[in-house]
Amino acid sequence: MGAQQRVFKQKIRSTQSLRKIFKAMELIAASRIQKAVARSKAASPYSTALTRAVSAVASESNVDHVLTSEPETITRAAVLVVGPDRGFAGAYAANLLREAEELIRLLRSEGKDVALFTVGGKAENYYTFRGRAIEKSWTGFSETPTAEKAREIGEALLESFTTETADGGVDEIYIVFTKFVSSVKKDPEYRRLLPLAVVDAEAAGATTGQADALKSDAPAFPLYEFEPSAEAVLDALLPRYIDSRILSALLSASASEQASRQAAMKTATDNADDLIKTYTRLANTARQAEITQELTEIVGGADALAASSAGD
Amino acid sequence: MAVLEVNVVAADHEVWVGEAKRVIARTLDGEIGILAGHEPVLGVVAEGETRILTTGDETIRVKADGGFLSVENNRVIIAADQAELL
Repeated sequence: MGAQQRVFKQKIRSTQSLRKIFKAMELIAASRIQKAVARSKAASPYSTALTRAVSAVASESNVDHVLTSEPETITRAAVLVVGPDRGFAGAYAANLLREAEELIRLLRSEGKDVALFTVGGKAENYYTFRGRAIEKSWTGFSETPTAEKAREIGEALLESFTTETADGGVDEIYIVFTKFVSSVKKDPEYRRLLPLAVVDAEAAGATTGQADALKSDAPAFPLYEFEPSAEAVLDALLPRYIDSRILSALLSASASEQASRQAAMKTATDNADDLIKTYTRLANTARQAEITQELTEIVGGADALAASSAGD
Repeated sequence: MAVLEVNVVAADHEVWVGEAKRVIARTLDGEIGILAGHEPVLGVVAEGETRILTTGDETIRVKADGGFLSVENNRVIIAADQAELL
């Protein structure tokens, strides 16, 4: 076998083994999308119930809570970037970080200082590589977020929110994540988490992507009796509401991540197929050229022999 | 007789859904019993056990930890950070 043929055969082999890996990752991602979407669905009754309760308290009582009152001047804003831990997901991380950069630029142009919080290794690396300070980062659960992790993040954000700005606290909190619409449509977007703009359940439900039965009868709230008091109920509800918003963002982001990974791996598999095809063609051409050359050599040799024996 | 529609949800999953005659939950101020036709209530749930008497006269015990309880129009929602059937 000729040297050229050997080179092509080697390339085909290595592309085939890469293709196998891409295909496996594609299948794994595809099965995980379903799981992520199911988890997102499972969490929605809780967040719907919370949204409704928060709206009910806020709409009927004139309770002023630190989490809902707009500060007079906003000097520092926190941005929580919810990104992936691993790559191999196409432009998923890049699109998300672009959205985050856009938000940060917007906040800076309004004269606000930005404190960064990140979820996922990719977002963390992006900012540390550029020498930007990260207030706090969490890694290791971008694919399987849990309610506990969401609470941990919520607590850290609340703590920084309730700290005075002079002591390093923030006046408002934004969250940047990729909203999962369908496995082909995932939109990076940002949302203000705090101070809470308490809207009616319908709008809140729509923004968190829940279509639920509770929504339909949402508009009129009955006169609630509060146990023990409206303030205490609000005190208990709001942090949970924030945790649940963070959890739903994390879950949506994890579904988007898997969907992006599946799409990226599908493309990679297709490209590997194309490459294998091209290399097979080239290897065949090389083989034919070799055979042609061998034939020419044999015929030429025979001619030369015949000519020399005729000369005798 | 009217029945209560009960939803017990934890942060990441639904725990129990069904119809009940009576729900007894523990709030910060003490236990609260809810029958059909109860006035609307929003309460903070303290750590403890919630007992649900279903329409089939079965008692369901749920351990709910931190969360809230809302009652309106014979619809009871208990949303807890962590909840499990006992």
